[in-house]
Amino acid sequence: MTEILFVLAASVVFGIGVWGLLIAEHLLRKLLALNVMSSSVFIIMLVVAGGGPDGPDPVAQALILTGIVIAVAATAFALALMVSIYRKTGRASITEKGDDDR
Amino acid sequence: MIAELLAGLVFIPLGATLLVLLLPRQARGYLCFTAVLALPLCLMPLTQAVWADGEITLALAEFTPPLGIVWRLDGLALIMLWLTAIVAVPVSLHALTSFPPGEQTGRGFWPLWLMLLAGINALFLSADLFNLYVTLEMITLAGVAMLGIGGNALALKAAMRYLLLGLLASLLYLLAVGLIYGQTGALDIYLVGERLETDRLAATALVLMITGLLVKSAIFPMHVWLPAAHGNAPGPVSAILSGLVVKVSLYMLIRIWFWMAGDWELPAAATALGLLGAGAILYGSLAALIQPRLKMVIAYSTVAQLGYVMLLFPLASINAFHAASYQLLAHGLAKAAMFLAAANILWSIGTDRLHALTDLNRKLPVDLFALALAAVSIMGLPPSGGFLAKWLLLEAAWQQGAWGWLILISIGSLLSAAYLFRVIALTCFHPERRHVPTRWQSPPSSASIAALVLALLAIAAGFTSAPILGLIDDSLPPGGIWP
Repeated sequence: MTEILFVLAASVVFGIGVWGLLIAEHLLRKLLALNVMSSSVFIIMLVVAGGGPDGPDPVAQALILTGIVIAVAATAFALALMVSIYRKTGRASITEKGDDDR
Repeated sequence: MIAELLAGLVFIPLGATLLVLLLPRQARGYLCFTAVLALPLCLMPLTQAVWADGEITLALAEFTPPLGIVWRLDGLALIMLWLTAIVAVPVSLHALTSFPPGEQTGRGFWPLWLMLLAGINALFLSADLFNLYVTLEMITLAGVAMLGIGGNALALKAAMRYLLLGLLASLLYLLAVGLIYGQTGALDIYLVGERLETDRLAATALVLMITGLLVKSAIFPMHVWLPAAHGNAPGPVSAILSGLVVKVSLYMLIRIWFWMAGDWELPAAATALGLLGAGAILYGSLAALIQPRLKMVIAYSTVAQLGYVMLLFPLASINAFHAASYQLLAHGLAKAAMFLAAANILWSIGTDRLHALTDLNRKLPVDLFALALAAVSIMGLPPSGGFLAKWLLLEAAWQQGAWGWLILISIGSLLSAAYLFRVIALTCFHPERRHVPTRWQSPPSSASIAALVLALLAIAAGFTSAPILGLIDDSLPPGGIWP
């Protein structure tokens, strides 16, 4: 029963992430949305890892840890790229100039 | 003992990545170039061993699956490793002058390039779904970072778009790996292939994986990030991204489709993948025909040429398998040559707008010769690697009476001839339209030679089919391919 709850929660979080990635204009928001999405993936992997008769599966947890490390590294790198885009163009966005006058 | 050379393929460039920043400036160039030259030297004894005894495996730290990670070297992996090594040497030769290791731009380029090589080599050796994820992520991050080296605003934006889509794609892939691990308790591709049952969960996982990999390999209609990224990247980086990096995720797709899901009956999905390839060929070629800049033409041509590899999925015969592997190889060589030649043209006259490129046959004969030779291979004119790839593909379609694919391949070749002849005609035959070039400097001769060597290799690939196809025959997927 709790597994279904987790999967439902993960799906909602994943959806929020996708929505943020598509809608957000500012790059920081896009990156946050990607991080939200990766959290939902980790939740699903946690569901996969837990619940066996002999306790949680250590391999799946190791995979999640590696995934988190990679997500942190990628986010740090993306933030640096965002800063250099901001320095170069004056805006932290990759859409063209006319689009943001909504 | 020979299996330890596999570790060398990954750890030599990785070690050099760490060392290069510690060394004094004068020594950096030697270290970097030696590390790249070590790759073909490692591959030679490995090739002999694979030739004699077949597949080589190395269980890292002597842990066996399902817990441990195994590296496998079979014929297909060996061919891709050779492609990497053969492209890496001339590209590095070019980069020694375009990104001097002692200077600021070189300090950005060389560690990233060596890290990328380590990642690519590790990916081709991996037979473990999660290991593939980690190496693919390493390749994406290094590739995106290399795009941004020049610091031009267009390239930075293209890099960010590539990164966002790339991370989204990796998340889809990671989710699929989680689902598959949950069902099978294994990550090794062979073990997963044996244990995975065809149910809805597995089908969802497969769809997620394929979608993620299609985004990473820029297959139509997920190609949107590629032209801006490859067209605006600094010189040798375009050659690396177009020649090697997009091949990597296609290779993964082939491995997963035929090795992991090889015994599934998926004719509809295979046709759908083939249709995406058809879309890529037609759209990429037509878009290449109207681009105003040389590097953008070459970038859209990459979108089109990758489409041919996708025809492997509906055709799924030994001939199609030969053709797809050969297309990966020949396109990698020819495209790297084209981008290096384009980089030299851009360096000489400061622009790559096609209407400004007149009279190049007199000013830059070597680079233009390299560009034309590479174009011969991309168009699929004999004798060249590209010709062989397309000929094998036509043969595969003919044998199965797949007339639709047959017509598509022919139209694709005609279109590629059209956009490439347009480039060559504009660069040579318009003496009356003399634009006075705003600047002119002749490119370093080593940079021109690098482009020429790659172009000659792309042609030479047309003559070395027997050993290469023999290697592929030894490494056909375990099930699900027609004779």
